[in-house]
Amino acid sequence: MSSDFLILSLAPLLVAIISSMSCALLGNFLVLRRQSLIGDAISHVALPGIVASFLITGTLAASAMMIGAGVAAIVTLVLIEAIKRLGRVESSAAMGVAFTAIFALGVLMLEMSDASGVHIDVQHALYGNLESLIWFEGLDWTALFDPAALAELPPQLPRVAWVGLLVAIFVVVAWRPLVIGSFDPAFAASVRAHPLLTDVTLVIMVAITAIAAFEAVGSILVIAMFICPAASARLMTDRLLPQIAWSQVFAFASAVLGYVLAGYGPGWFGHDVSLSAAGMIASVSGIILLFACLFGPRRHGAMARMAAD
Amino acid sequence: MIDSFWQALTFTAGYNTTLVTLGSAMLGASAGMIGSFIVLRKRSLVSDAVSHATLPGLVLAFIILALLTGDGRWLPGLLIGAAASAAIGLWGVQAISSRTRLGEDAAIGAVLSTLFGLGVVLITVVQALNVKGQSGIDSYLVGATAGMLASEAQLIGISALVVLIVVFMFRRQFLLVCFDRQYAYTRGINADHIDMMMLLLLLTVTVIGLKVTGLILIVALTIIPPVTGRFWTDRPSRLIAIAALCGALSGYIGAAASSSASGLPTGPLIVLTAFLLFSIGLLFSPRRGMVAMLLAQHRFRRRVHLRQGLLSLARDEAIYDDLTLKVLRRHGYIRRDGVATPPGRVAARDAEHEEHLWSLYRQLYPDEAAQLDHQGLDPIEESLPPDMVSSLENRLPSPARSAR
Repeated sequence: MSSDFLILSLAPLLVAIISSMSCALLGNFLVLRRQSLIGDAISHVALPGIVASFLITGTLAASAMMIGAGVAAIVTLVLIEAIKRLGRVESSAAMGVAFTAIFALGVLMLEMSDASGVHIDVQHALYGNLESLIWFEGLDWTALFDPAALAELPPQLPRVAWVGLLVAIFVVVAWRPLVIGSFDPAFAASVRAHPLLTDVTLVIMVAITAIAAFEAVGSILVIAMFICPAASARLMTDRLLPQIAWSQVFAFASAVLGYVLAGYGPGWFGHDVSLSAAGMIASVSGIILLFACLFGPRRHGAMARMAAD
Repeated sequence: MIDSFWQALTFTAGYNTTLVTLGSAMLGASAGMIGSFIVLRKRSLVSDAVSHATLPGLVLAFIILALLTGDGRWLPGLLIGAAASAAIGLWGVQAISSRTRLGEDAAIGAVLSTLFGLGVVLITVVQALNVKGQSGIDSYLVGATAGMLASEAQLIGISALVVLIVVFMFRRQFLLVCFDRQYAYTRGINADHIDMMMLLLLLTVTVIGLKVTGLILIVALTIIPPVTGRFWTDRPSRLIAIAALCGALSGYIGAAASSSASGLPTGPLIVLTAFLLFSIGLLFSPRRGMVAMLLAQHRFRRRVHLRQGLLSLARDEAIYDDLTLKVLRRHGYIRRDGVATPPGRVAARDAEHEEHLWSLYRQLYPDEAAQLDHQGLDPIEESLPPDMVSSLENRLPSPARSAR
């Protein structure tokens, strides 16, 4: 049992936890700034980027894929900005035009090339493949202290770990401008907290996190993790630091509960199958949000409370 | 391939293809039409939440049908399931954004990702059940009209037509609610009911479009055509007509293109056609297109250079700027060696006189001057009333007046 856990579950569980928590950390600022759907747009265009990079380079190397997804994210953001400025439409419509068109292009390229044979396909991009992150060397617990065995860990794990660290450092270093810009952009400009620069950096960090997590957990889970834990946390407290703490707790809980339910849940009912872990984690985070909406102590916001008094 | 594309466009590629092409065009028209109102209400991405929210209902309906009949691929049943869960998603977005402090963006993202996640879990349940026709589910993700039954195409086409007619009948109420809820209220229109009706029609379009464009891309059909329309007109009634036309064209051309070769996915082709029409508007619209804007900017720049060049001529200053020299030479105001020609001297004197008038006007009436566009560049007789111009002329200090 223990070796089964190490081989099959340790790496995916850790990847799920780390990506969930780093997405949720940035999600706090997206929810506060009412920009949650940036994460949606970016994770949809990761697929076209990856397909394009495969068609150009012919490899599925992680670096080429990440660069492709990054380029696609930048193209999308520029396109959104251009449509907003030139067409004078509001940002959600501009976003809807840009990311659907690029996603459509990605699906078309995928179907018309041979790429669909080599383990990138639409379903994979949406659902992720957490379950395939197997650690073949994890035969028993001593492997955790064996450098040779640790080197055989799936490469996604160190990747999301580095990105998680990067996100944490970003939030700590850019704390002041991030917070001021989230609540009062005009004031941020007046105290030289560089709201524009902060916005752009935040979006770039969101893109990096989404792309790193995307390959392992799929784009839908990335969107869920950007929004649900942070939104639930927002309903729990009025203060930012406790909100971030809550969001981390919710993200951790969703990842662990979702993974366990997907992997072992059917077994409890006597069925020897496993369900999609990424989908289950997203569902659990949604259930947490549902409870927060129903019972969260700060669900109504300050204005409604003032009106009630 | 070109041949069969042409056949599909001219409805000579067989009964089924014709039905599919017509059905897609109808779907595009109704999606563009209802989408216009949603975009005007600034809620375009609500349809993204609605479309992703169809997945769990769709898969659940598939499971139930498969358990009851052995084969889950019965389109009407699947669509009912999809509509039910889309309605739950829509209600979720409404409830979260109106009853909690969270914004609509967070509500959309949360509903979209959670319900889609649930759908993915249910898909793995289907795989575990090992029933017939599982691969049919995947076609709802990115759309597939290849192998669509004639009855399915008819169902889609007729439902889209019904939506189109309903939207057309209620267009005035919808517009009123989009632009002025207060006024709608005084006219005895319940804005909340009309809002709800718009969203239900959006939901219907989303659900019937699932099979054609797939659930990820149907949102594009409700956003891209209205935004395209925005490039060509400022009047809402025309916007809706243009959006419907663009949607119909995208559905028609996209479905025809996808039937021209096997393995071409319908949804992406329809969306890319819509995006192509959008790009044409973005580039070439006379009002807001990039080409029109660049031309206008170019013309404006030349006018500024011409005016500054003439003023320099009048003051006998040397001109170094290449563009200024080029513009002056083009008008025949200076010779190749930079010396002013007789018409150039006349134009320069006029320009200086006009500049004096403008600066006097700015001095006397600073507020009015600030409100004029391009003040100082347009001929003053065209920008200001004649009596104002003559009073300015009379007030000019004498040396400037005698220069005329």
